[in-house]
Amino acid sequence: MNQVQQISGRGVPVIGNDIDTDRIIPARFLRCVTFEGLGKQAFADDRVQASGQHPFDLPQYQGANILVVNGNFGCGSSREHAPQALAKWGIQAIVGESFAEIFFGNCISIGVPCVTATPETVQQLQKLLQEDPQVSMTVDLEAMEVHCGDFPASVSMDEGLRQMLVTGTWDNCGQLINYVEQIKATASKLPYLHWDPATASY
Amino acid sequence: MSKGTLFDKVWDLHAVGTLPSGQTQLFIGLHLIHEVTSPQAFAMLRERGLKVLFPDRTVATVDHIVPTENQARPFVDSLAEEMMQAIEQNAKDYGIRFYNIGSGSQGIVHVIAPEQGLTQPGMTIACGDSHTSTHGAFGAIAFGIGTSQVRDVLASQTLALSKLKVRKIEVNGELPPGVYAKDVILHIIRKLGVKGGVGYAYEYAGTTFESMNMEERMTVCNMSIEGGARCGYINPDEVTFAYLKGRDFAPKGEAWDKAVEWWKSIRSDEDAVHDDVVTFDAAEIEPTVTWGITPGQGIGVSEVIPTAETLPESERAIAQEAYHYMKLTPGTPIKGTKIDVCFIGSCTNGRLSDLREAAKFARGKKVAEGIKAFVVPGSERVKQQAETEGLDLIFREAGFEWREPGCSMCLAMNPDKLQGDQISASSSNRNFKGRQGSATGRTLLMSPAMVVAAAVKGEVADVRELAKKSVAP
Ligand code: SF4
Repeated sequence: MNQVQQISGRGVPVIGNDIDTDRIIPARFLRCVTFEGLGKQAFADDRVQASGQHPFDLPQYQGANILVVNGNFGCGSSREHAPQALAKWGIQAIVGESFAEIFFGNCISIGVPCVTATPETVQQLQKLLQEDPQVSMTVDLEAMEVHCGDFPASVSMDEGLRQMLVTGTWDNCGQLINYVEQIKATASKLPYLHWDPATASY
Repeated sequence: MSKGTLFDKVWDLHAVGTLPSGQTQLFIGLHLIHEVTSPQAFAMLRERGLKVLFPDRTVATVDHIVPTENQARPFVDSLAEEMMQAIEQNAKDYGIRFYNIGSGSQGIVHVIAPEQGLTQPGMTIACGDSHTSTHGAFGAIAFGIGTSQVRDVLASQTLALSKLKVRKIEVNGELPPGVYAKDVILHIIRKLGVKGGVGYAYEYAGTTFESMNMEERMTVCNMSIEGGARCGYINPDEVTFAYLKGRDFAPKGEAWDKAVEWWKSIRSDEDAVHDDVVTFDAAEIEPTVTWGITPGQGIGVSEVIPTAETLPESERAIAQEAYHYMKLTPGTPIKGTKIDVCFIGSCTNGRLSDLREAAKFARGKKVAEGIKAFVVPGSERVKQQAETEGLDLIFREAGFEWREPGCSMCLAMNPDKLQGDQISASSSNRNFKGRQGSATGRTLLMSPAMVVAAAVKGEVADVRELAKKSVAP
């Protein structure tokens, strides 16, 4: 897996608390067997309602790769289609006041870091991005800082998860299957697997 | 840090080891899959040339996209048909038990696993669906996961997770008439907020939960995620054991006695330490209705929609957004709000006891003119039993449509959708913008009994008043 250390480019602010995954990707777009093509549908209904004024539609934010959001972003449904849609639109990192847990985990699973900053910092970043959409922005996972033009601020993330991203070991699946013996040993201790005839042999 | 809680005990028992990231590798005792979040996971397995490590510990069904009117194959919606074929093929290729339409046991994943006795105390349960928290009603640690994690469970029967903190939510006392489990959880979310539970497992304790039946407990645990808590549970007790006894996958004979003994041992200890404790009084809970666009925007049916000034600073922006989207006026009573559609169903309130309760109020009444009202049983077994009891007739006579089982208008991935800015009274769990299939559609969450009251009056109504009329000569 690639090392995720520094994401540089331009930012796009999406303002509001409690933006749920139904808004990030409405359910009708979940009628699919691959994640391909979801990028076009990110925030589909919000975009229609904003009549072209949603940041994901505004020309000045096309090509942005860092999303800046407020509190409890990604709450609701566990659909991984949400981070997949954002990633396919072009998002490589998210800075926010706070994230819903399942959404956060789904982002890490696909190598998209979500870092948190204080509400003041996030609001300042959003203001800077509104004033100058072309300003260059960087999320630095080694220094745990975000830079937006000359504005620097510190950001945070769970240290273990940060390490996984930085060292390129964020592929859980690859790690988990390394421990088949230990997994089987744990299974053999579970009382309920013994009284299920289908699994008594574990 | 919590100590001696059911969460701690079950977590420790299932811990395989500590990963380099510091996360725990946790064994998953039961893995449930459905057609929406699993096809990509199987594709990832194939890409990596991996097999399913414990195929016996995964169980599949179809619920989200199934039509509730015409279920003839191929489905009219070719995308839905493609998803059906994918799960049928994957179940076959990997030897996974699959409850398909017509098997007699298909239904919403969080309805079928408990009704078959697959869900048991002390298990870890994962599913690519955020309402997996439902299964916590049995004293299991159950939580929703994303598709990459579905892949992880298929490949390794484990997940990489960080341990949650445990908040005990104690509710004591008897619920007033007309107040249901749904109202209790809506009340809790209203008070603790939609992100109050982030980082926590919720342990529901106290006499109010103790006197609930299993289906009511499932309604409560189901909506833990709406309060931000990925998982919620209730310690197993005699009610739990009585529910499980004799079900298809419940232990039998000697194994039953051993199981009960073990289930008792995993209950939170008397002197367990929780990271946080919150208490509520059941007597203060009213039939609750949401007025906004998050499940935390709920009020008692006799209250008025709060004005921005009466809300804490942090909730004002989302309230403004909600007034605008919902086209409701702050300061006016929620009671009397005209509605267009009534939906009874979902993994929150689509079980037999929900339908029985709703039928009690629907009996002999008529759905108001111009209202579309329909009932979607949570599973084929629920539907069958309801029909045996004649509930379908009661609903039909009252003017409700009686449908085939599935998720239906809870998320509207099938043909059941709101049109334009229609407003629904819904027994489901999410009132997000666009949730019920129209980008401008509006949802008011409430208990099934309150949905019937709304259907009969054509507007948000107080079920307690409907009840009074029912008993009058
Ligand atoms: S009924 Fe609704 S919440 Fe439950 S699993 Fe289906 S879509 Fe999800």
